[in-house]
Amino acid sequence: MLNIKNLHAGVDQKNILKGINLEVNPGEIHAIMGPNGAGKSTFASIIAGKEDFEVTQGSILLEGEDLSDLSPEERAHKGVFLSFQYPVEIPGVTVTNFIKTAINQTRKAQGLEDMPAGEMLQKIKTVSEMLDIDRKFLSRSLNEGFSGGEKKRNEIFQMAMLDPKLAILDETDSGLDIDALRIVASGVNKLRNEKNAVIVITHYQRLLDHIVPDFVHVLMDGKIVKSGTKELAYELEEKGYDWIKEALK
Amino acid sequence: MGKFTEDDLKKELETKEYEYGFYTDIESETFPVGLNESIVRAISEKKEEPEWMTQWRLEAFKVWQAMQEPEWANVHYEKPDFQNISYYSAPSKKPKYDSIDEVDPELLDTFNRLGISLDEQKKLAGVAVDIVMDSVSVATTFKDTLAKKGIIFCSISEAIREYPELVQKHLGTVVPQKDNYYAALNSAVFSDGSFCYIPKGVRCPMELSTYFRINQAGTGQFERTLVIADQDSYVSYLEGCTAPSRDENQLHAAVVELIALDGAEIKYSTVQNWFPGDKNGKGGVYNFVTKRGLCETRAKISWTQVETGSAVTWKYPSCILKGDHSIGEFYSIAVTNNFQQADTGTKMVHLGKNTRSTIISKGISAGHSQNSYRGLVKISPRATNARNFSQCDSLLMGNLCGAHTFPYIEVENKTAKIEHEATTSKIGEDQIFYCNQRGIETEKAIALIVNGFSKEVLNKLPMEFAVEAQKLLEISLEGSVG
Repeated sequence: MLNIKNLHAGVDQKNILKGINLEVNPGEIHAIMGPNGAGKSTFASIIAGKEDFEVTQGSILLEGEDLSDLSPEERAHKGVFLSFQYPVEIPGVTVTNFIKTAINQTRKAQGLEDMPAGEMLQKIKTVSEMLDIDRKFLSRSLNEGFSGGEKKRNEIFQMAMLDPKLAILDETDSGLDIDALRIVASGVNKLRNEKNAVIVITHYQRLLDHIVPDFVHVLMDGKIVKSGTKELAYELEEKGYDWIKEALK
Repeated sequence: MGKFTEDDLKKELETKEYEYGFYTDIESETFPVGLNESIVRAISEKKEEPEWMTQWRLEAFKVWQAMQEPEWANVHYEKPDFQNISYYSAPSKKPKYDSIDEVDPELLDTFNRLGISLDEQKKLAGVAVDIVMDSVSVATTFKDTLAKKGIIFCSISEAIREYPELVQKHLGTVVPQKDNYYAALNSAVFSDGSFCYIPKGVRCPMELSTYFRINQAGTGQFERTLVIADQDSYVSYLEGCTAPSRDENQLHAAVVELIALDGAEIKYSTVQNWFPGDKNGKGGVYNFVTKRGLCETRAKISWTQVETGSAVTWKYPSCILKGDHSIGEFYSIAVTNNFQQADTGTKMVHLGKNTRSTIISKGISAGHSQNSYRGLVKISPRATNARNFSQCDSLLMGNLCGAHTFPYIEVENKTAKIEHEATTSKIGEDQIFYCNQRGIETEKAIALIVNGFSKEVLNKLPMEFAVEAQKLLEISLEGSVG
């Protein structure tokens, strides 16, 4: 589904990603781990199409289609979803209004009519029950005054509503207490199927107890330096990253 | 309100130039340019006014001659040449029409293009329209329905002829001739405007609305509006403006006086969309307006305004809270883009005991524009237990615009409670990217953010106006990011 080849990218002449190769197939969950400053969030932003970064080499293909020339919204319309590490606040715009706009804009891009109000309401109801979200939450301004956990839950709520092909969860576990983590993880697990894929970006192995990855990759200094199965995550948790650095020398 | 964000916004955004920039070619009778005593007399005569009115205008003209154009506002512009303006212009096909069928089809077409055709208006639930096309009213609808309740809603010219005692008693009592430079000018040369009287205890059954439109090259517009709500009555008045685009600066100096007698309530809403000048700051309307309301005991006046147009705006809808327990409210959205300049706000003058006022001001600046809030909250010695809450929020788009706040607070009574909150924020690239990532394109994202920012004020507008206002926000800010 996602095919990344020799991806080099950076900002203001500074290289951040230095040749990343990654293949993600439908139904798979990949975890990307690594120390601070390794380029994990940059990697997520570049897949989503953030224009601050310049791709200097390589390609990103989604279902065979090159994403390079597509705007962030076009990528979203093709099924790319990014759960932000720091979701932004939009005062005065309710969670409901925001997601409604997002869904209908996506449908419009796909040549579909707006989602009928009844269907929208039903979907909101189902998803908010699944994620244990209070109805009052839906009429609050987007992320305004939300706790860290509420912000992350809201990201997963939007993910569930938009039903993406490829979801990238950027540090979704940060700021979550154990109960919230469990709810968020169970939401992600319920959304999994053989047609979609998930990339989980995290510092810690903790989240991976709940969202079990098929593959774990270690990102260091702009490159994937080691790949393995979920056991690799345990190893990292235990030993830290230094041993990999050493091994690379 | 949600409906708008989903619907025809896209279509609106496709039009890059000022949407209502067309010019209706209706034969006009226009006075030669220039201003002197005989022009003032001629205006009065043209309108078949009684002698007292002529004298009142002449007094104002004398006062005006001795005054200086004010320079304290945070706006910079080339001062109009008052001797190079024609002070009267009337559509020449002038008979008063009994029905819409008799109205000049070209005029109706103009209103159709504005999306405010009379046909539509008639169908719209409960909206009566008194149209000011240039300076003279050419059509009035719903008069009969209103007449049954004893409500008078007509042009000010007609009111001067038909209800001279009401006009003479109230005209200039809230905004005196000598109040300020533009008010004095308006008092001398006002061409037409609206008059409204709601009798004691009557609740006006429909929203009253007037659409103003500047249409003649070089013709200043000087409307005069007088709204009187008698004891325990209620009226909601809507005012909306659009103007054709042209290069020459056009002067607009209106005066609006509201009088809310004991227990009465007036809600006055404005959506202003005059030509703001082009992208380079060329052309555009100068809008120097004096709006003020007087509240007697337990009376309430609410001003709600959405200001998107004009090259230069100078406007402070105010409330004189004279009566005990009276209430004044001001809700404003002012949008400036390109090279627009706005200096707008309100004055809340607390004279009576237990008076309350609320000010919510939302300024949105984009392009190279300058947006200033200027407000006065004054608590007089007699005004025991006065309350005020003010909130001034500014939203900036880009790095070249400016937002300014000039709050003046004068308190002369120790029991007063005054709160002032202010915020300044910027539409961030992060917000836009977040929306983009959810599939929302940039223009739509801005619309969403701006609507969210303006929500508290938009919610104060009557429904049909809120939709129109939201559209105007989109159009005004379109293309201002990225």
